Amino acid sequence: MTRTKMLAALFGATAMMTGPALAEPAEDTLNLNDEIELVTWTEPSEALDGALTEVISGWHFRGDETRAMQADDFDNPGMMFADQARETWDMVDGAAGKSCASCHGDVDESMKGVRAVYPKWNETAGEVRTLEMQVNACRTEQMQAEPWKYTGEDMINMTALISAVSRGMPMNVAIDGPARETWEKGKDIYYTRFGQLELSCANCHEDNYGRMIRADHLSQGQINGFPTYRLKDAKLVAAQHRFRGCIRDTRAETFAVGSPEFIALELYVASRGNGLSVEGPSVRN
Amino acid sequence: MAQDVKPRIKLPKSAAAGETISIKTLVNHTMESGQRKDADGNTIPRSIINRFTAEFNGQTVVDVTMEPAISTNPYFEFEAIVPEAGEFKFTWYDDDGSIYEDVKSIALA
Amino acid sequence: MQLSRRNVMIMGAGAFVAFGLPMRASAAAEDKIAEFTGGAAMADTGITLTAPEIAENGNTVPIEVSAPGAEAILVLAMGNPTPGVAQFNFGPLAGSQFASTRIRLAGTQDVVAVAKMKDGTFARASRNVKVTIGGCGG
Repeated sequence: MTRTKMLAALFGATAMMTGPALAEPAEDTLNLNDEIELVTWTEPSEALDGALTEVISGWHFRGDETRAMQADDFDNPGMMFADQARETWDMVDGAAGKSCASCHGDVDESMKGVRAVYPKWNETAGEVRTLEMQVNACRTEQMQAEPWKYTGEDMINMTALISAVSRGMPMNVAIDGPARETWEKGKDIYYTRFGQLELSCANCHEDNYGRMIRADHLSQGQINGFPTYRLKDAKLVAAQHRFRGCIRDTRAETFAVGSPEFIALELYVASRGNGLSVEGPSVRN
Repeated sequence: MAQDVKPRIKLPKSAAAGETISIKTLVNHTMESGQRKDADGNTIPRSIINRFTAEFNGQTVVDVTMEPAISTNPYFEFEAIVPEAGEFKFTWYDDDGSIYEDVKSIALA
Repeated sequence: MQLSRRNVMIMGAGAFVAFGLPMRASAAAEDKIAEFTGGAAMADTGITLTAPEIAENGNTVPIEVSAPGAEAILVLAMGNPTPGVAQFNFGPLAGSQFASTRIRLAGTQDVVAVAKMKDGTFARASRNVKVTIGGCGG
């Protein structure tokens, strides 16, 4: 054995002894209401280009009680807020005298599959739109109503409802064609180190998923379960709200919710989870 | 409280006479504990639901005294005997005097 | 943030919690039990308290209590600033003396359930719940 190799072996052993503890994602199956089995652990899509060997929903990284809470629509508090949005769906608002239902009819039918393909390129507007942006475009252009606050209660309840009716369908955001440029920008941000701690998204969620960061079990940071009911906040949290929290934790100035950077990042992170079932509103800690 | 409080209740639509059924209830409420402080260091006053009752045709199933340690959006699961067809009545009592009620009928199978 | 003496003290208290030291049971909690039982002895069988060994977040901890033959069950979080959690009073149409709910725990501590049986006796169960302080804003 050469000296270099010996040193490497020694270093490896030390790293194993003192390094972060490994805690495997829970081996479990998410049977929603004992009706449909969701895909929570799958093969990586092309978008990942080999960055991950497996794609795992954040559901597997949570404790038994938290996982159980998501498996039943009554136990999942997020569904209470999705149901509140059903009333909003039928409520006329704005100068055009329209509700969501005026154009889209039954939410269970018309919105099925929508969550799975957002963020999505909008040809007319010439931009990638998140679900929130599309909801507000409907409100301002079709309903002639005031836009909702990006992470306001009305908005997050509505995105929870739109997600809920797509649960079980595979995430499938498009990253080619005109969306490519935004996607590339999102990828750049994902691998850029931010803050005083100099951490990129990948440092935690690609290099170290499955390990403990203090008492928290690091997931792959997939967003197929968003919006999510966070037990800590006891309310629904949007993906970009969570991005802001992550970047803040690196001790950086964060991008704003709804900023071009976060829109790009949301598209890129969503694409990393292509193939996982839509889970929103999920339950996380 | 200012927000719109809407209880959710899960129970079967019918039961055999004398059958024991499972009931789940969830109600949206912040359950402000009175322990938290705002940005200026002032204590945010307590504002919780302090009591929950479930009755069937006027007879008590459970009567729960609730303290600030009950989580936001209070959740309960319990069991009831259904001696006859009739109506469950669920009542939540707020610190501010508001009362939230919901009723669910159950038929004999 | 300006580091006033007060803030430093709060940070100190935060550090204490972050190290996961168990919260001490308060005298108020013991008083609550005494008030409920009238000082009677408590059996350690006849009541089951189910709670996670480790709670991912202290804000929403699922618990279950069951005490066949009880007319009431008192639940206390012994280390919370105010120890009371709930008291379940079972009526004539209760299908069982069982209840499940979600509670707040200020830190690692014992959760205690005391059942008052129809025959006037009491039973007590206790579970230690470790509350983790998460790495990411938890």
